[in-house]
Amino acid sequence: MSTHPGGHAPDAVDLFAAAQGEERHAAVRLGSKAGHEKRTEILNRDYADPDDLRRLAGAIKQHALDHLDVYLPRAEAQLRAHGARVHFATDAAEARERVLAIMRARGALRVVKAKSMVTEEIELGPFLAHHGIESIETDLGEFIVQIDDDHPSHIVKPIIHKNRREIANSLERYGLGPYDDTPEVITRRARAYLRNKYLTADAGITGANFVSAESGRLVLVTNEGNSRFCLAATGCHVALVGIEKIVPRDRDLGVLLNVLARSATGQQLSVYTEFMRGPRAPAQPDGHEEMHVIFLDNGRTGVLGSEYREILRCIRCGACLNVCPVYRQASGHAYRSVYSGPVGAVLSPLLAGGDFATLADLPKASSLCGACNEVCPVDIPIPDLLLRLRDRAQQTKDVAGEASAAASAGTSMTAWAEVATRPWAWKGALATGGLVNHLPQALRPKPLRVWGQSHVQPPWRGGAFRKWFAQRSRS
Amino acid sequence: MSASGAETETPRRRVSLMATCLADAFFDDVAQATVEVLEHLGCEVAFPEDQTCCSQPAFNAGDWPAARRVARHTLDVFRGDDAVVVPSGSCARMVDHGALLLFESEPDRPAAEGLAHRTWELCDFIVRALGVTRWAGRLQARVAFHRSCHSRGTRYAESAMTLLRSIEGVEVVPFGEGEQCCGFGGTFSVGFPHISRAMGSLKIDHVLAAKPDLLVSADASCLMHIGGLADRLERPLQRRHVAVVLRDALKATRPATERP
Repeated sequence: MSTHPGGHAPDAVDLFAAAQGEERHAAVRLGSKAGHEKRTEILNRDYADPDDLRRLAGAIKQHALDHLDVYLPRAEAQLRAHGARVHFATDAAEARERVLAIMRARGALRVVKAKSMVTEEIELGPFLAHHGIESIETDLGEFIVQIDDDHPSHIVKPIIHKNRREIANSLERYGLGPYDDTPEVITRRARAYLRNKYLTADAGITGANFVSAESGRLVLVTNEGNSRFCLAATGCHVALVGIEKIVPRDRDLGVLLNVLARSATGQQLSVYTEFMRGPRAPAQPDGHEEMHVIFLDNGRTGVLGSEYREILRCIRCGACLNVCPVYRQASGHAYRSVYSGPVGAVLSPLLAGGDFATLADLPKASSLCGACNEVCPVDIPIPDLLLRLRDRAQQTKDVAGEASAAASAGTSMTAWAEVATRPWAWKGALATGGLVNHLPQALRPKPLRVWGQSHVQPPWRGGAFRKWFAQRSRS
Repeated sequence: MSASGAETETPRRRVSLMATCLADAFFDDVAQATVEVLEHLGCEVAFPEDQTCCSQPAFNAGDWPAARRVARHTLDVFRGDDAVVVPSGSCARMVDHGALLLFESEPDRPAAEGLAHRTWELCDFIVRALGVTRWAGRLQARVAFHRSCHSRGTRYAESAMTLLRSIEGVEVVPFGEGEQCCGFGGTFSVGFPHISRAMGSLKIDHVLAAKPDLLVSADASCLMHIGGLADRLERPLQRRHVAVVLRDALKATRPATERP
């Protein structure tokens, strides 16, 4: 997404973090820290061994991915049997066209939308607007993003980067009443505005958190009940679903819903959990007349066949963002893509396909601390995937941009390897490295200079241990 | 471990020391303390002279061909059956996890697995391989223990804490956001200096708020980053590698309880 600031220099994420204002920085850091603490507290309170549960959830998702060729057609058959129309879209453009065709067929001009990362991924809202279809975000956070012409900066909490004063300003600017930053007032105003939109909408668009292959049931979780309104008040429901959302059986949801709510928002269960697998049956008094499920590939099949396949287990809970020290310092916008934080640093460059190079700096924006893997509800080995992507970026010399500190420190290590594979050269370097103590800052090799600007370096003691060890062995 | 009893029953065991490139270049006392601690436990310590680095800098930088060359050198230097002990969780994880990724589809994979299985982080070796859970000696200090990130998914931190807590006079004090990274990350601290500094400063804030006498870690790299930053910011912070703490505690032991 070229609209994000920051360009794609190797250290773009760092530059973005440095340029960020203190208010934003504090909002993101404290918001994500609080999210992590709630998650950790409830998981440890409710389960004797949350790690066991994470591994089980990961195994379920991995099994579904490994056998998607079985489960996806099964889900499709179930959905069709219950009256839903099922479509497959290979890329974002095809998915958008599908939605547009459905809207045109119904003469729909007004759409209400529940929160869905996939619709962000395919940039559906702007596309519909361009074709004269009003599409309103009904999740409060996404609504603020929309009226601010902003981008979500978190998978679960799209406006984690805004404090309530900014939100109150946004509502005032949009004409929803004079400035008032009382949370209740903000919520009431958005609610009054959105209620009207539900009543006049021609169609509702949602994503899906899971789809059970066994029953075809689509599962949607929200806390605001907005997805329910999107379904109930409209004649037509369109669900956009990444193909990785399939789980084998309904009972698997018992595990997955439990880890999702706890990991995402520190709740035992989200406030609303909807299950649906078709439009209104003839005997039912209410419900939508038409239901469409669009399964989206958009690069996922490629990832499935690669050494990065585990990333497709992701259930979009945002726990890895909340715990990530880099995300906390840099915020989601630093990642210049829909998916931010550790999962985004893996997923975004992969889903970028031919544009891999434009996001190839993201896997390097990590200290590889592994906190993401430790909290992931489906146990994705994110640090390992980041490392593999660094190798890939290096192999294809894909990282664009000027030689920055990151490039000079992170590109070719051939010279270093020459020394580190020759013991005599290594020992020689240890002996002469002592010169470093006497070089003025400006003359030192660049990495050392960058380091030295913020750190006092320890004195060089190259070879001292070897000398000690040799001497005592002789005596 | 009550003075001599359990200790003398510990079989004399040959171990190879992987000193780490940081100890080789900057922190010789960490390597020296490791030797002294292991010898105190009755081990016979060998130091393969040709060792250089575990290969992690190139591995993390994404230059895997260069990393493979250096990792192969390490496999060669540490061939044999001896346990390999490393006074660094980071280097230990490179050997027992990173190298397996690096050689995933390479003929060296079995050799990498072999070394992975007999490589130990120092405290983990003491507690889980030798079964020593009480440390002789004393140290009168409030200690803040930085759980370095490479301890995740391992029992390294638990082992280090077991030993530290057992030292007479040591009070391990908790501090805020202990699970967070200090911001070093090797080349990360050079490539992403602003974020790295911010992470380090936050760590320093939390550690200082706990008012410890000492910051202790099993990784010299974290201490070099946190300490170098604290010094530059002129925020006094005493820090010490866990190997040095263990060795110095022994030195403070009265001669009667010392190992012969």
